[in-house]
Amino acid sequence: MKYIQGKYIITEKKAIARDIFSFTISCPEIAGKAVPGQFVHIRAAGFTLRRPISICGIDPEKGTIRIVFEIRGNGTAEIARLNEGDVIDMLAPLGHGFTINHDFNKVILIGGGIGTPPMIPLADAYRGKSTVITGFKNASAVILQEDFAAAGAETILCTDDGSAGIHGFVTKPLKELVRSEKVDAVFACGPIPMLKNIAEICFDNGIYCEISLEERMACGIGACLGCACKAKRNDEEYFAHVCKDGPVFKAEEVLW
Amino acid sequence: MADLSVKICGIDFKNPIIPASGVFGYGREYEELFPLSKLGGIATKGTTLHRRTGNLSPRIAETPSGMLNSVGLQNPGIDHFIECDLPYLLTKDVTILANIAGSTPEECAIAAEKLECTDVHMIELNISCPNVKQGGAAFGTNCDMASEVTHRVRQATSKPLIVKLSPNVTSITDIAKAVEDAGADAVSLINTLLGMRIDINTGRPVLRNNVGGMSGPAVLPVAVRMVWQTANAVKIPVIGMGGVSSGADAIEMMMAGASAVQVGAAIFTDPFAPVRIIEEMNKFLDDKGISSVNEIIGAVKPW
Repeated sequence: MKYIQGKYIITEKKAIARDIFSFTISCPEIAGKAVPGQFVHIRAAGFTLRRPISICGIDPEKGTIRIVFEIRGNGTAEIARLNEGDVIDMLAPLGHGFTINHDFNKVILIGGGIGTPPMIPLADAYRGKSTVITGFKNASAVILQEDFAAAGAETILCTDDGSAGIHGFVTKPLKELVRSEKVDAVFACGPIPMLKNIAEICFDNGIYCEISLEERMACGIGACLGCACKAKRNDEEYFAHVCKDGPVFKAEEVLW
Repeated sequence: MADLSVKICGIDFKNPIIPASGVFGYGREYEELFPLSKLGGIATKGTTLHRRTGNLSPRIAETPSGMLNSVGLQNPGIDHFIECDLPYLLTKDVTILANIAGSTPEECAIAAEKLECTDVHMIELNISCPNVKQGGAAFGTNCDMASEVTHRVRQATSKPLIVKLSPNVTSITDIAKAVEDAGADAVSLINTLLGMRIDINTGRPVLRNNVGGMSGPAVLPVAVRMVWQTANAVKIPVIGMGGVSSGADAIEMMMAGASAVQVGAAIFTDPFAPVRIIEEMNKFLDDKGISSVNEIIGAVKPW
């Protein structure tokens, strides 16, 4: 089976920035199947719709996954009330993940804000071959830098206000990197304007690029067709579905 | 173990629970989680004569105890359904309701005609989709139009014909009687209630289509009331749906007069909802010492 649904124990909960939480969850069946870029669909008590949250860590040996999420509204606030030892209801692992190509020698991973977490398992998969550029609003919103270092990635930090790292957007160091060395692929997750700019830079420089999108979602498995996004394949426009065809798409296939 | 089987228009259902059209696609995604043969039936995704791309996103919004959707009948077209999806479903030992829709009575009739040479068990004609500009709800909110489209499809098919009704009307019983007179073998209700949400920070509707269909636990009492009124107004069987998320809800719907029950939004909260509901119904009947689910159909004792 590709995905399963069940209730799993939260083994660790940490607040890692304002309104941002990290859960480690014991779920060997899911940890054994999940790949970087996939997500889990979490039930929030009292809500009709589940909340899709990207997977931030996969440890098949320990049988755990990790998620890092931000309180965006009442549903995520309800999930954030869960504690260590509580059970969390997940449908997972879902979606189409990032490409892992062992012929790639140099990749750039880019995360913007709460789009940063899914880049950690990807940095792990490209251990020693990746440079990670992350961008945040300000110094107090910065998360996960030590996790990228632990995954053997070079890290470049940017903040919009210059309170930590480079003052400016992630596209600034990206442009410099693609000019100075041969980059095989760029993988990114974050706000749409950021992804759009990254896709343009990659297109102009002939670099393979994959991006991870989000959309309001219901079933999470491709049945209800709720999470449509306009895409192009073989020159034909169609509505792809973020939950099943994505969340990771080839940048060239997305119609912005 | 109570007898859960029901018969509607001469067609056997091993139990009365049917995932509703639109939430279940053509079944493949849920087969990953449980065998489709556990279900009483499957109402397939609303399918039109020609492929439809659907509405722009966002198509989904959360509401108190429910949700809105404005998918807009995205589907690959009836030929694709007959070629690629229906043969798969027909191997699953479950009763299949092919849900069809169209912009004109002709389109609906042609789609029904194409199903005539298949082994699909029943046709569910959707005259109530709130998310398409032409056809859809327009057929379902006017007795003459509802009657005309039902009549055209009736002439095109010998399969048992269920007509799915809109709750966005002054009198659902008038529409139900009109489609009964036009040859419907059963009615199913309710489709979603037209709703809207606005993001107060941007001033924009949450749905790109501005409005959409509301479903989920919040609509259950409206659905139970309409099923009860309709079951008292027509002689043909009524299939109830709207906000059913537990065995108790399904029992309530059947007591109101439903011969079977469709499950929609509940499957998004709990993907095993239809299977769980079947188990919960069985337990209720066993606890009450009721030997067959047929005994509770229309069993409400109104004051």
